[in-house]
Amino acid sequence: MSDVQSPSDDVRRFLARLTDRNASRGPEPTWITARRQAGAARFEAMGFPHRRVENWKYTDVRAIARNDFAFSDDTSFSPATAAALTLPIEAHRITFVDGVFSAALSQLDELPAGVSLLPLSQALDENHEAVGGPLGRLTGVEFSPFAALNTACMEEGAVLRLAPGTLVDKPVVVQFLSRANDAPVMSHPRILVEAGARSQATVIEHHVGEPEAANFTNLVEEIILERGAILAHYKLQEAPLADLHVASIHVEQGRDSRFTSFNLNLGGGLVRNDLITELNGQGAEATFNGLFYGQGRQHVDNHTLANHNAPHTTSNENYKGILDDRAHGVFNGKVVVKRDSQKIEGYQSNANLLLSDRAEIDAKPELEIYADDVKCSHGTTTGQLDEEAVFALRTRGIDAQTARGLLTLAFAGEVLDQVGLDAIAERVERAVAGKLPERFNLAGLVETAAVLDEMAGD
Amino acid sequence: MLEVKDLHVTVEGQEILKGLDLTINAGEVHAIMGPNGAGKSTLSAVIAGKEGYEVTQGSITFEGKDVLEMEVEERAQAGLLLGFQYPVEIPGVKNIYLLKAALNAQREARGEGEMPAPEFMKLIKEKIAFMKMDPSFLQRAVNEGFSGGEKKRNEILQMLVLQPRLAMLDEIDSGLDIDAMRVVAEGINSLRSEERGVLLVTHYQRLLDFVVPDQVHVLVDGRIAKSGDADLARELEARGYDWVVEESAA
Amino acid sequence: MASEEMEQLVRREYKEGFVTDIESDTVPPGLDENTIAFISKKKGEPEWMLEWRLKAYQQWLKMTPPSWAHLDYPPIDYQAISYYSAPKRDEDRPQSLDEVDPKLLETYEKLGIPLHERAALAGVAVDAVFDSVSVTTTFKEKLHEAGVIFCSMSEAIRDYPELVKQYLGSVVPQGDNYFAALNSAVFTDGSFVFVPEGVTCPMELSTYFRINERNTGQFERTLIVCESRAQVSYLEGCTAPQRDENQLHAAVVELVALEDAYIKYSTVQNWYPGDEDGKGGIYNFVTKRGDCRGDRSRISWTQVETGSAITWKYPSCVLRGKHSIGEFYSVAVTNGRQQADTGTKMIHIGEGTRSTIVSKGISAGRADQSYRGLVKVGPRAKNARNFTQCDSLLIGDQCGAHTFPYQEIGNSTATVEHEATTSKIGEDQLFYCQSRGISEEDAVSMIVNGFCKDVFQELPMEFAVEAEALLNVTLEGAVG
Repeated sequence: MSDVQSPSDDVRRFLARLTDRNASRGPEPTWITARRQAGAARFEAMGFPHRRVENWKYTDVRAIARNDFAFSDDTSFSPATAAALTLPIEAHRITFVDGVFSAALSQLDELPAGVSLLPLSQALDENHEAVGGPLGRLTGVEFSPFAALNTACMEEGAVLRLAPGTLVDKPVVVQFLSRANDAPVMSHPRILVEAGARSQATVIEHHVGEPEAANFTNLVEEIILERGAILAHYKLQEAPLADLHVASIHVEQGRDSRFTSFNLNLGGGLVRNDLITELNGQGAEATFNGLFYGQGRQHVDNHTLANHNAPHTTSNENYKGILDDRAHGVFNGKVVVKRDSQKIEGYQSNANLLLSDRAEIDAKPELEIYADDVKCSHGTTTGQLDEEAVFALRTRGIDAQTARGLLTLAFAGEVLDQVGLDAIAERVERAVAGKLPERFNLAGLVETAAVLDEMAGD
Repeated sequence: MLEVKDLHVTVEGQEILKGLDLTINAGEVHAIMGPNGAGKSTLSAVIAGKEGYEVTQGSITFEGKDVLEMEVEERAQAGLLLGFQYPVEIPGVKNIYLLKAALNAQREARGEGEMPAPEFMKLIKEKIAFMKMDPSFLQRAVNEGFSGGEKKRNEILQMLVLQPRLAMLDEIDSGLDIDAMRVVAEGINSLRSEERGVLLVTHYQRLLDFVVPDQVHVLVDGRIAKSGDADLARELEARGYDWVVEESAA
Repeated sequence: MASEEMEQLVRREYKEGFVTDIESDTVPPGLDENTIAFISKKKGEPEWMLEWRLKAYQQWLKMTPPSWAHLDYPPIDYQAISYYSAPKRDEDRPQSLDEVDPKLLETYEKLGIPLHERAALAGVAVDAVFDSVSVTTTFKEKLHEAGVIFCSMSEAIRDYPELVKQYLGSVVPQGDNYFAALNSAVFTDGSFVFVPEGVTCPMELSTYFRINERNTGQFERTLIVCESRAQVSYLEGCTAPQRDENQLHAAVVELVALEDAYIKYSTVQNWYPGDEDGKGGIYNFVTKRGDCRGDRSRISWTQVETGSAITWKYPSCVLRGKHSIGEFYSVAVTNGRQQADTGTKMIHIGEGTRSTIVSKGISAGRADQSYRGLVKVGPRAKNARNFTQCDSLLIGDQCGAHTFPYQEIGNSTATVEHEATTSKIGEDQLFYCQSRGISEEDAVSMIVNGFCKDVFQELPMEFAVEAEALLNVTLEGAVG
């Protein structure tokens, strides 16, 4: 890890790990082998991104590049810890420990008709050709060095298929547990969602782990929504603070489909998310809600892109960031309207709150528009709390610090209000209250208010 | 209880209050009336501690303490509570949070512990019912999307929960229909007690039919031009303010 | 590649017997140290200026042209450009307006350009039609009385070397960017303004006076310095379409404002945009930057950009002084095949600094336009504030309008707001105007002018009126 190491040494180290891994692998379908080679070649050619690359201008990935991560085969995880970390909701659940499928921690036996939820390895065993078609169609090796690396290294992941017209009763939770290992490990999971026409489901991608864990997750997720499909997608990022996380979610939306994303980012040391939707059919609608909270030295980078490829498509985005200590937040939202894609509506809003002078936010909301019959706008604000509201709270006897804490919580609440799953909204609200600087002294308040809410319901 | 002496206040360089004297004793309800621009709202804002008001002369004491030396929240914790003419919308902050945090702050200032949750819930439920409000409002953000009447009811609800020593209500009656007015007035009347004072700032006499004041003051050009009992309010209703203005100018 | 090829080039030129001939009026195409020495010598510059240029050239050699802008143009062959040519002799220029392209004259007519100026603008040999000398003289006397220095950069280097040494390159260093480095190496001329302490420049310094000082060339260099409490308003450019044989323009403008100083810099840029297919238009790569060095200083950029085939331009403010203010007001119109990537940078360094950005982009025909802006708030810029409003209007379905605002904020007391909209002229707005008997073209022009109002009102009066006329001419034929 000395300074004289050139990026190519870093790349070679990762590729050496891959070569070893390949040697230990059994025979694979030829298309997989070919893609591994293509991914490795592309990764080698591109190398790890540096900050002179526009897309990575504000995110330094050396913490990943300079490290040495092994592959893992170990799924052992303390059941008690797992139970404590798992979202306490009724769900169909598929769990991965450091990227490796854990049957013991999964719950896949109550899937309704028309729903198939499998680990990738099993989906490949059953019918690899059915997987080979859609896999990698949206996110190719050209997308980024990390997507290329993922393609070269992919082994496991989740495949969710919904037959046309299927309504999934309970949320589908894809859970990633990160273990505290002696040496850090890496995983390159894939998630593939194929939602048939008019199907409807909620998917929760949950990243969580043991506090001491320090692993690298490099996720590629592809979601295909057929005509009229409705999908709510939650990404609840609660990974340990030393975990490194790079992920892309690429969505393809058919006619009249609806995709709603909640990207709730609390954990992880270095997190980079790319969320992209292709609005390919008329009437398709995408909503991106985001909340990121950084403290300590956390680095959270959210890149979103809405490609309006068809007329009469709509995208809506609302991201909020709260940054404390020396945390660094990045928001890059982009709306692209292709030529001849008329009657488009694209709205983007991003607001950030800096709680410390050493925190930093880099925001870049972009519009790229090639059609004239459009209504597009974006707004970004970074600033302080409304002083009039602070005063109003103080006239009720609430001290200034608590007032600021309440308003900060309220700031996050504007995103959480959109969250349809109460269990998640409450969990995140409590987490945010708990993370607010101690001087705000809010955690107890939110706890009691939640209790009161339950009592009021009685 | 509250003593205002020779109070001079300037806002953006302009003198609004020009030597105002006012004493409110425990158990009394005072009404301050007067034409627009006389400085009625300035008085309650200064007592509550709003920024942008410069006291150039005079004093305000509350139960022997110098109010002007106190922070905004200290005044509220001491029992001086302002009901806003235009209640502020605070997006995202739930009413239940506000009530809980404010009550805790008061109790803490008095050296009392937090109110146990069941007791607090019982209190809130009772007051909400009294104000004829829907319990769901507790989970809504403070004043956000409220109608004018709902906002005013919410101000009174906070008073009922926080039980101030002196409640100052700035034009609490503006924008209320008669039913809402009755509910608000009942709320205010329920606050009346031997230990408590109430200061009503109002432009119209109508509220005073429901909440009968012990004393009525007419504020003209930054000073109290005339004081009297509830009859004065009725006289003002009938004759307008001009005669008081003329009388005080003479 | 570079070093070997460069060596070859140098050799070739030597082989061909290239010598710096001070008597010659032009140098052969190509750029090396000899070309720069030639330019410097031709202009009678002192040794230090030549060294300054050569240092810039050395840096330029190591740089690559920027590729991040949202622009599409073929690579420029910098060795195919001639870097110095003396003004055309009168006998080579059109001898009267009869020899000038009637289309150009028609445009002057529409813009209401005075007759005598039309000739000057069209490049007709001027002294016959425009008695500029007397105007210039009275003007210079008045400035001299006030103590304001306003002269060409060449004169400044000769007459005020200490001021030039102190300030030239202090805002835009030689190696700032590819085009600035090129300009620093080969700039031919430009303007120099120095307003001493406490002086308010008695008149707006308009480039009308420069019509007769044309051919400052493709690499213009401007430096404006305002000492404490000094003020100046400088107007650059001209609403009339200006023709130029040189396709590549790379100007540098540096502004320095000391304590309580105020510099207002207004530009109307209307270089030739090329024909309908975009052929022959000017490539305009400009570096403009103001340094609010003193406390409470203020720099205001206002620009109306309607010309050029390619515009690459980001007038910026470095807000170093406490409570200093930076402003950027811009209208950019692209039609036909024009491309513009323009915006601003506001760098907040000092405490209490404020900046305002208002950008209005109008894209028509098959044009492409981008707003690119940076608002950066450093850790020491307590209570810094920025407000950005950035609107795009699209006319027709073949054009593009893009917004790329960057915000880099590292101070919790900063307030930074950015709003942007993209829309087309509303059918209902058009219908409403038309139903009141207004023609479609007039209605569009009304709506567009309304859209740009916030910026036009920042322009000096005389420019504002012309700017509106200019907008209409530029958008002619945009609505079918």
